[in-house]
Amino acid sequence: MRYSGARVILEGLRGQRGWRPAWREPAPKSDYDIVIIGGGGHGLSTAYYLAREHGAKSVAVLERGWLGSGNIGRNTTIVRANYYLPGNSEFYSHSLKMWEGLERELNYNVMHSQRGLINLFHSDGQRDAFARRGNAMANQGDDAILLDRDGVRKHLPYLDFDNPRFPVYGGLLHPRGGTARHDAVAWGYARAADRRGVDLIQNCEVTGIDVQNGRVTGLQTTRGSIRAKKVGIVVAGRSSQVAAMAGLRLPIESHVLQAFVTEGLKPVINHVVSFGMGHFYISQSDKGGLVFGGDIDFYPSYAQRGNLPMAEHVMEAAMTLMPVIGQARVLRSWGGIMDMTPDGSPIIDKTGIDGLYIDCGWNYGGFKAVPASGFAFAHLIAQDRPHRIAERFRLDRFTTGRGLMDEEGTGAQHNLH
Amino acid sequence: MRLTCPHCGERDLREFAARGSAVVLSRPSAGASAEEWADYLHIRDNPAGEARDLFYHTPCGLWIEVTRSTITHAVIAARPVREAKP
Amino acid sequence: MRLEGRGQIDRDHPVRFTFDGRVIDAFRGDTVASALMANDIRVVGRSFKYHRPRGLYSAGSDEPNALVTTGRGRDALPNVRATMQEVWEGLDVTSQNRWPSLTRDVGAINDLFSPFLAAGFYYKTFMWPRAFWERVYEPLIRRAAGLGRLSGEAARDASEKAFAHCDVLVIGSGPAGLMAALTAARAGADVILAEEDSHMGGRLLSETDTIGGLSGPQWVGSVLNELTALPNVRVMERTTVTGAYDQGTYGALERVSLHRPPGRAPRECFWRIAATRTILAAGALERGVAFPGNDRPGVMLASALRTYVNRWGVAPGQSAVVWGNTDTAHRTARDLASAGIHVAAVIDARADATTTGDWPFYPGGEVLSTQGRLGLKGLQVRHGRREFTVWTDCLAVSGGWNPSVHLASHIGSRPVWRDDIQAFVAGPEPVPGMDVAGAANGIFDTAGCLADGLRAGNVAVQAIGLETHSPDLPDAEATPYAITPLWEVEGKGRAWLDLQNDVTTKDVRLAAQENFRSPEHMKRYTTQGMSPDQGKGSNVTALAVLAAATGATVAATGTTTYRPPFVPVTISAMGAGAKGKGFAPERFTPAHAAAVELGAPMIEAGLWYRPSFFPLSGERVWRESCDREVRMVRESVGVTEVSTLGKIEVMGPDAGTFLDVVYTNTMSSLAVGKVRYGLMLREDGHVMDDGTVARLSEDRFVLTTTTAAAAEVMRHLDFVAQGLRPGLNLRTVSVTEQWAQFAVAGPRSEALVRSILDDPAAGVLPFMGCTEASISGTGVRVFRISFSGEKGYEIAIPSDRGEALWRLLLAHARMLGGGPYGLEALNVLRIEKGFLTHAEMNGRSTAFDLGLQGMMSAKKDFIGKALAARPGLLGETREQLVGLRPVGAARMLTAGAYLFGEGAAATREAQQGFTTSVAWSPTLDTFLGLAFLVNGRARHGERLRMVDHMRNVEALVEVGPPCAFDPDGGRMRG
Repeated sequence: MRYSGARVILEGLRGQRGWRPAWREPAPKSDYDIVIIGGGGHGLSTAYYLAREHGAKSVAVLERGWLGSGNIGRNTTIVRANYYLPGNSEFYSHSLKMWEGLERELNYNVMHSQRGLINLFHSDGQRDAFARRGNAMANQGDDAILLDRDGVRKHLPYLDFDNPRFPVYGGLLHPRGGTARHDAVAWGYARAADRRGVDLIQNCEVTGIDVQNGRVTGLQTTRGSIRAKKVGIVVAGRSSQVAAMAGLRLPIESHVLQAFVTEGLKPVINHVVSFGMGHFYISQSDKGGLVFGGDIDFYPSYAQRGNLPMAEHVMEAAMTLMPVIGQARVLRSWGGIMDMTPDGSPIIDKTGIDGLYIDCGWNYGGFKAVPASGFAFAHLIAQDRPHRIAERFRLDRFTTGRGLMDEEGTGAQHNLH
Repeated sequence: MRLTCPHCGERDLREFAARGSAVVLSRPSAGASAEEWADYLHIRDNPAGEARDLFYHTPCGLWIEVTRSTITHAVIAARPVREAKP
Repeated sequence: MRLEGRGQIDRDHPVRFTFDGRVIDAFRGDTVASALMANDIRVVGRSFKYHRPRGLYSAGSDEPNALVTTGRGRDALPNVRATMQEVWEGLDVTSQNRWPSLTRDVGAINDLFSPFLAAGFYYKTFMWPRAFWERVYEPLIRRAAGLGRLSGEAARDASEKAFAHCDVLVIGSGPAGLMAALTAARAGADVILAEEDSHMGGRLLSETDTIGGLSGPQWVGSVLNELTALPNVRVMERTTVTGAYDQGTYGALERVSLHRPPGRAPRECFWRIAATRTILAAGALERGVAFPGNDRPGVMLASALRTYVNRWGVAPGQSAVVWGNTDTAHRTARDLASAGIHVAAVIDARADATTTGDWPFYPGGEVLSTQGRLGLKGLQVRHGRREFTVWTDCLAVSGGWNPSVHLASHIGSRPVWRDDIQAFVAGPEPVPGMDVAGAANGIFDTAGCLADGLRAGNVAVQAIGLETHSPDLPDAEATPYAITPLWEVEGKGRAWLDLQNDVTTKDVRLAAQENFRSPEHMKRYTTQGMSPDQGKGSNVTALAVLAAATGATVAATGTTTYRPPFVPVTISAMGAGAKGKGFAPERFTPAHAAAVELGAPMIEAGLWYRPSFFPLSGERVWRESCDREVRMVRESVGVTEVSTLGKIEVMGPDAGTFLDVVYTNTMSSLAVGKVRYGLMLREDGHVMDDGTVARLSEDRFVLTTTTAAAAEVMRHLDFVAQGLRPGLNLRTVSVTEQWAQFAVAGPRSEALVRSILDDPAAGVLPFMGCTEASISGTGVRVFRISFSGEKGYEIAIPSDRGEALWRLLLAHARMLGGGPYGLEALNVLRIEKGFLTHAEMNGRSTAFDLGLQGMMSAKKDFIGKALAARPGLLGETREQLVGLRPVGAARMLTAGAYLFGEGAAATREAQQGFTTSVAWSPTLDTFLGLAFLVNGRARHGERLRMVDHMRNVEALVEVGPPCAFDPDGGRMRG
């Protein structure tokens, strides 16, 4: 069933009776060519591109909860391509291009809104660092504009320019940056993958990975054994546990990142605004809620919830940067489990086991990567070699020191990001 | 979250800086292989359950090893890293 | 209308406020909601999506409809629950989400299109043409969405935050909470009793049953008298506990002064409460029934109507129908009748129910639909096979009670379904240290709540090791709770679940039809429960509708996740104190004020402020001052404050051995009275920081760090000392704030230093020497080090003498033709010399990249040594530090620009490196740059293209060594 305005009107006239399930509810088969563990954004897009790009006919996605129940269901919805280190640059640039065609590709309105993203800077040194970032984006072929203080004022007149703790020197505007409706991305990929024959199996937890003679042969699950020629692990914060089922140990530590949304308000913030001095970023959803977040809580956690110190710190950042939102009320807070790598950049690679592949380490930035991650991971699984946009996301970079991508410059080791 | 500093007693999380897994206390000796070093710095068990994690109590300068659950956030024990066995 | 002789309002104190400009008469004790009801205002809000007219639905913080804005301008507070806002003289209340007025709202046209606006319709359309999303569709959606409006003015930072600690935190002050608090208090526990309402008592303020022979409010008063007299009890009204966090930490929002005209008191206070034990006695929230037309103004919760009648002496009309599935319905009818309201009918979903009152009674009946436009006029009722109309102003509806398990579920515990009460309750000890009591625990009679409060109080008392002294339980109402499920009535027309978000039963069924069957999918697809009340009144009903649609039980369907906060919390409360400068501490150096006196612009350097330059009259732009200061240092002498550098003392017999571990080079061999430049790596082999190490005595070193890395280095030293080298005998202490420090640089620096020391001979120091000396009798430390490339000193003096020394240095410098210099000149001087800051030590650079590989000792282990030897961190592929000068027509360089081969395109693939720092060098009369360049050390003399797209600057540059001035260092050693 194709979605369109005409269909919405037709169904409106006949009481919505004609809408069919967005995806089937298949029972797991005993055998697949490729099984993807993890029905989050990355897993669903991987399955979709396996079918779409590589003609894979026998693909299943196993999800222990409900589709999209991981970080794609609990993030701050930001879509951007403002990276500057080679490896990240080309990957996120490609991902943003995919976003720009995603709705037609999926026939699903994910409400990708390129409203512009502004990174504020607060010193001469930060200006130079953001100029470098902007230049790297331009070298990559993407657009970026370095704004001075007046330029920022024109876009964001509501910031505190008069008496802030850290004065605004300017900002880097990423015009094509923006947001998207996070759940819709999962649903759009799920529906599109389902339409291409992928079996999406919910409430199916993987309990074991079968390996024989260094080759993956299948999986044990709460819904029975499944044979598979190839298996992709895409489980974000759970990567260490799932990889351990195959005897693998990963350079991952799982941490909690909190995010917040206010009650619905009439439009006040029209961009995505990022305040580096305060680890604070904010946008306003189409529904009117101010969606914002800060830094991770910094202790390892699988709890999908955080504690007050970071929550308060985030509110404090809001008060110093944009006291205009002080009277807004926070409606809901939540936490996602971040698969943190030592250098803050992801991993899309083969493992030491034939037929077993892993896509993880998205830290706190996985949402915007969903299209390209699935695209590149599908390529790796289908072709057994990395796609050029993701060829630097190697597991062995930590051993060799080659191609470390520490965008923040805080250190290529754990707990510094 | 509240943690117990062996010097100062129970304190709010905001007084602490977290540093992740306590395995960094087991630093390889100078002659260790490149693989051992890479494992030491990067590879983590990342347990979902009981874990040993490091926290720095900023006001008093004590590094502590906290045995805690990464699922419930329950704190089971805390001791200075000086007394922790690597 | 106001009911004579009822309620707990103070009729001797009239209060006037305005609602949409209309003057409203009220009494002290009224809420905005009760006052609007007293004045027969029925429409109080408009719904989110369809702009349906809405009336009061509840009497508490779960109110979905009556969201209003109070105040104007910077005091405007949107989305205030009219049910929670107490009235005060002059209060300015405005309705929301309507234009031009509540009763005539243009947006109501949306309702006509509602057949096309079903759950998730927007995912299926608005995709064409692509550019229309940002330009047309999204702006339209955004404008239509949202409820309240922020004023656009900066909010006052008028709230505050506080900490509190207690043995027992009691949340809620109904019968269970009061009894629990009394039990704990009598045993001597430190008790905090937090109540969301303006008055303690919970449901006892709304009901007419007696307790121990007293009325509810009287009994509450007697307990409160005892509690407030006890020194170990803190009673906090207007305080909503908003979230449960780890180890007994709770967040709570106190509405300190929102109930009176703005004054000097904080508006709100956000509390962080640490409690050993917690008793959740937050009561239960009544739920409605989803039936066609149930959003009509005049349809409200039975418990709410009872509260309006009994507590505030107001009613929404002359007559009412009560409909429910428990005895609540009958008690409501009894109270209405006694208040003189005509009870037009009582409908009980339980076919076997009986009633005691003199009113038309329909056991087993149900309401099929409602009539009326801006207010309820009548109901279509079915009883047996008969359908008929009942004319009434008000329908009091009760679908049962949901225990308030929100806080019990905040840290992961899932609520458990109980069939006997048709509701979810908390599991055992859902939060460590928490007990749930009373209605929150699924007990719905007053006597049971009192007993459960006593039980929970005693459990808490025992848990904290005190002796129990149980109070006697007073006699109270003890009706057994009997309920039959009553979730929805299907029929023609829309039946609302989430009133705020306009989610109907059809939306939930559509979600199920499209396979959004898990509660989370249903919630996210329909937006059920994502409204400001977080689905307090509607989530469980929606789950029941979903369960019915999917053929599952409510128990098996489960709930969505409860998340903090329990009620929305203003950013200004949780972020109190941070507006403006309050966000981070401001650190001022000892000579700060003296620098400001000289007209120096002070700029942020981390938490510190440092002078940018010291303008002289006639200098119009910073560059003029900066160039002069650079020349001054190169030609005579300059003084600048460097107190912001981190200063750490390392003491003990093993201090030298320890420093060998943290620095790449050897420090243990440093002679007493000598200084050495040191480099520190992170374990990952990249540079963490640099600085100097001075050996003051055999077992005493003082380290400097960069300003930015001071705290990180301190943590790192402590980590290595305690965690990696616990056997070494040493102590570390930060003395950054104890010592003021000044750099004196230039050919005449020695003359200046000698002129101020008590013993001028102490100023004769070799390069990289240090000594202790005195100035006017105050002990100082003198270091012969240089960050300018000139002969230089740094003098450290106890902070309290810092300003005096600064003034003394300046006076003497001026006599020598010198003066102060600021951060800009300092930066130019170091760029001329190729010295490093964090622009070069950018976290990704290695000692090898910086040309400092010679400082990595081969003879010992040090932090970062092993991993710095990884092949990827060495060799020709690395970007190495170089110096740049412009050589083409364009003479300007910028930092953050990329380097390309001459003639190469400016693309990522062609990137050769990038610039880190640039400066105009008045000394060399050219721009100078520092840059990282692939294999840069082997490329001196090569010409490259520098491109800065951001500043529109392009230049031809020549590569050279980082040091552009006095490469042999003769001036520095001098």
